[in-house]
Amino acid sequence: MKGTNLGEFEEVVLLTIAALTDEAYSVAICDEIDRVTERKVKLGVVHAVLNRLEKKGFVKSELGEATKERGGRRKRFFTVTHAGKVALTKVKAQRDELWSLIPDFNLKIA
Amino acid sequence: MIEKQTSKPPKWASKLLEWYCRPELLEDLQGDLHEYFDRNLASKGPGRAKLNFVLDVFKFIRPYTIRKLEILNNLTTIVMFKNYFKTSLRSIARNKLFSAINIIGLAISMSVCLLAISFIAELDSYDRFQKDSDRIYRVKNTYQFLQEDPSGFASTSILAGKLIQEQVPGIEASVIMRRGFSGDARLGEKVVPVSAIQASDDFFKVFSFELLRGNPETALSEPHSIILTDETAEKMFQGQDPMGQTFQIGTDETPYQVTGIVKKPPHHSHLQFQSLVSLITYEEQRKETPDETYWISWSNMWSNYVYLKLEEGNSQEDIEARLMPINDKQNEQSDRVKINISLQPLLSIVGGEDLSNQIGMSMGSEATWIIVALTFIVILSAGFNYTNLSIARSLRRAKEVGIRKVVGATRGQVFTQFIIEATIISLIALVFAYLLFFIIKPEFLNLEPEIQQMLLLENSPKILVFFLLFAASVGFLAGFFPAAFLSKLRAVSVLKDASSTKLFSKVNMRKVLIVTQFTLSLIFIISASIEFKQYKYSLAFDLGFNTENVLNVRLQGNDMDQMANAFSTIPEVSQISKSAMITSVGSRYGENIKYEDPTDSTTLYYNIIDENYLPLMENRFLAGTNFESRPLQEEEESIIVNEQVLKRFNIGTPLEAIDKYVQIGRGDGVRKLRIIGVVEDFQYATIQDGIESFGFRYQPDRLEILNLKITSTDLMATMDKLEAAWDELDQVHSFEASFYDERIQRAYAEHSIIFTIVGFLAFLTISIAALGLLGMGVYTAETRLKEISIRKVLGASEGSLVSLLARGFMWLLVISAAIAVPASYFLFDSVILATAVNKASIGFIELFAGVIIIFAIGFVTIGTQTWKAAKSNPAQTLRSE
Repeated sequence: MKGTNLGEFEEVVLLTIAALTDEAYSVAICDEIDRVTERKVKLGVVHAVLNRLEKKGFVKSELGEATKERGGRRKRFFTVTHAGKVALTKVKAQRDELWSLIPDFNLKIA
Repeated sequence: MIEKQTSKPPKWASKLLEWYCRPELLEDLQGDLHEYFDRNLASKGPGRAKLNFVLDVFKFIRPYTIRKLEILNNLTTIVMFKNYFKTSLRSIARNKLFSAINIIGLAISMSVCLLAISFIAELDSYDRFQKDSDRIYRVKNTYQFLQEDPSGFASTSILAGKLIQEQVPGIEASVIMRRGFSGDARLGEKVVPVSAIQASDDFFKVFSFELLRGNPETALSEPHSIILTDETAEKMFQGQDPMGQTFQIGTDETPYQVTGIVKKPPHHSHLQFQSLVSLITYEEQRKETPDETYWISWSNMWSNYVYLKLEEGNSQEDIEARLMPINDKQNEQSDRVKINISLQPLLSIVGGEDLSNQIGMSMGSEATWIIVALTFIVILSAGFNYTNLSIARSLRRAKEVGIRKVVGATRGQVFTQFIIEATIISLIALVFAYLLFFIIKPEFLNLEPEIQQMLLLENSPKILVFFLLFAASVGFLAGFFPAAFLSKLRAVSVLKDASSTKLFSKVNMRKVLIVTQFTLSLIFIISASIEFKQYKYSLAFDLGFNTENVLNVRLQGNDMDQMANAFSTIPEVSQISKSAMITSVGSRYGENIKYEDPTDSTTLYYNIIDENYLPLMENRFLAGTNFESRPLQEEEESIIVNEQVLKRFNIGTPLEAIDKYVQIGRGDGVRKLRIIGVVEDFQYATIQDGIESFGFRYQPDRLEILNLKITSTDLMATMDKLEAAWDELDQVHSFEASFYDERIQRAYAEHSIIFTIVGFLAFLTISIAALGLLGMGVYTAETRLKEISIRKVLGASEGSLVSLLARGFMWLLVISAAIAVPASYFLFDSVILATAVNKASIGFIELFAGVIIIFAIGFVTIGTQTWKAAKSNPAQTLRSE
């Protein structure tokens, strides 16, 4: 298992997978990130990240059923593993703690 | 539909992805790219979509997507290898009949191939013992008379050798040689016949024959120097030191001195000699008569040889370019004949270009190629058997392939498995082939004395490696088709319903293979029978004179009258005559002849005879008389000609021709001869050639052969008596005699050799093809057993069932015959026998005897199998359903 540090983009991808639940496969993940963050993400980047996450053990994948789409190729669906959930919670907890330390926070320009 | 076709991503990019991408990532990634492609197709059109697809494929070439080196994969291959080996052996053992057919067929044909391989390997090994053999070249001549086809000669002129030595740079050493030196060496009381190659002094700089004693630099530089091989020296001096000894040879007054001892040339040297005499001896002798310069002219190119060792860095082309100016300059002086010199590598002398006037033995590329082609056909036939039977059986193996694929075998693995099976069969066959090889090897060597002299066909480790490689490649090639076919099967369809797969789509290919096999077999068998008829025809041909019981004895320099007297005391010798050569066996003398018109000349072929020759040979006179016995000293004045001479010069009838004069010879040597007799045309050359102008001349000093007419009931005893009489007069040379009929037989041996080889191959290919057919018959009967039973139950007769099953095969044979018969007729009529003047006609029997044999064999093999199936009890076969 590689280092358990979660990069920013990795976190986004991991969250997206969690959000998509049963429909999390590469193209859908791209689209979702696109929609939510309005960032143009490239498949290649997402693919590489998915691969890295799997190596780190944060996600696991299995092939779905063959369909007529995609030239008959099966999709690889990703689910977040327990380790992934732990990592996400950890990140969230760290953020929350930081948030809680900020005394007065609003978006109004001072 | 059209849109769907155009909307596919580019195939090659997809293949590229498949090639580099790790298998576990591949499917998903391909799917993703496809999905994007479809999206782009909708939004941006097919052009951009394709472009993006290709770009993406390239973008995905990243460390994590690229396959790892397939160490792991190879490891499984090695593990699986054991499994393949085991299943192959099981499959071979289970299908005993098929395995036997394949192994026997392959073994038979491979034995012939082993012969061909060792034959070629041996030819290739010739002359390799020479140091720097790749830099040694022979000067060859191309001779062209007017516009006739140029012909190649291994010999060249002494002048060419001298000019090269003087004018051509880039040559390390060169040697000029001359053949034909022979004579009796007189060592006191003892007389030993000696023959030698005359060679110039750089002989040992070009060649690396091992000089045991003497100085390689100077041994051949003085006149009357002779180098003996160790073998010859032992024969002549028996243990005495040969170095420095002197002796006379032949009529030459000056004694020759031994200046060196060379080791006998190795067997695999095209250049063989008993001794070497310095070429300068010959040159000095020629210079005694300074007016005669023909010996060193450009056109005296018949018995001299020049070998060059090039300096390193010079190619054959470089040197040949430098020879061009010499050619141009020399040919300026002659308007009718063009002689060009060029080079031939030493290593391609034995197996290469067919040249005339070889100094030693040479096989020639033509013979080599024919042998290769013939053996290839034989092995092809056996390979076809394997392919055919394997594909036919593939229905049974299909399930096995299905299971293997389900368990996870890749296409490559299934392919490997079947290739291994074929290779194992082929290696087993090799073992049997190797044994057969030892049986056929002596037969092959005994075909012709020349082959025996040239080839040893010994087994070296190198040859054995060749054999193994050969067997492995035969296995691979024979197994390739079935393996490719079986590995392509899809697990799902095979396991669901085997019969639904396109197993039988290969039926046509199988038919083509069978037809090819039988066509080749038929061509072989027809060729063999035509050659056989040709041979018989040549022997039985009426030559126009009687050769029966005529024994020809070579005089070998003995006094002919003395020898004739000795023989005449033997009662079984009824007549004796003398001649210069033996006609009708291939060789002939030729001389220029003119009649009244001085500008009209032709070649007169002739023999020189005495007055007893024509009566003994029973040549038929049309007019005039025979020669009369005349003493040696008198000038030649008369000639007996054949009818063609009269026709050629319009001399009229035979009677009119008597006492007319013809002029024989050229230049100063012209003689006016009176025609004293005309004989009926007879075959003086071999019967492939026509009859042209021929004459008998009377020159007692040029006679070399005694012709004895033998009337004996006990030939062996007579031969012993003759030999005893010979030995009495000549203790040096052994008695050399042969019956005329035997000589004629030898002259046509070519036909009998071809007949033997082709006949043997015909036998092999037919056996192999018949084996294949047997296999197919068994298979058909087996697979259609149920069908046959049902037909039988419904009332079909056994006869109709046999014809139903056999019909298909018989049709294939008919097609083969339809191809083979015209093909072989054409081959002989327009190619092989096209130039022969006298030839046996190609008859119905030669063409169709083979066809009938093949049909009979085919019918018996197929018939027995189908008969067996038709006879089976339907109740038995259908019960288990």
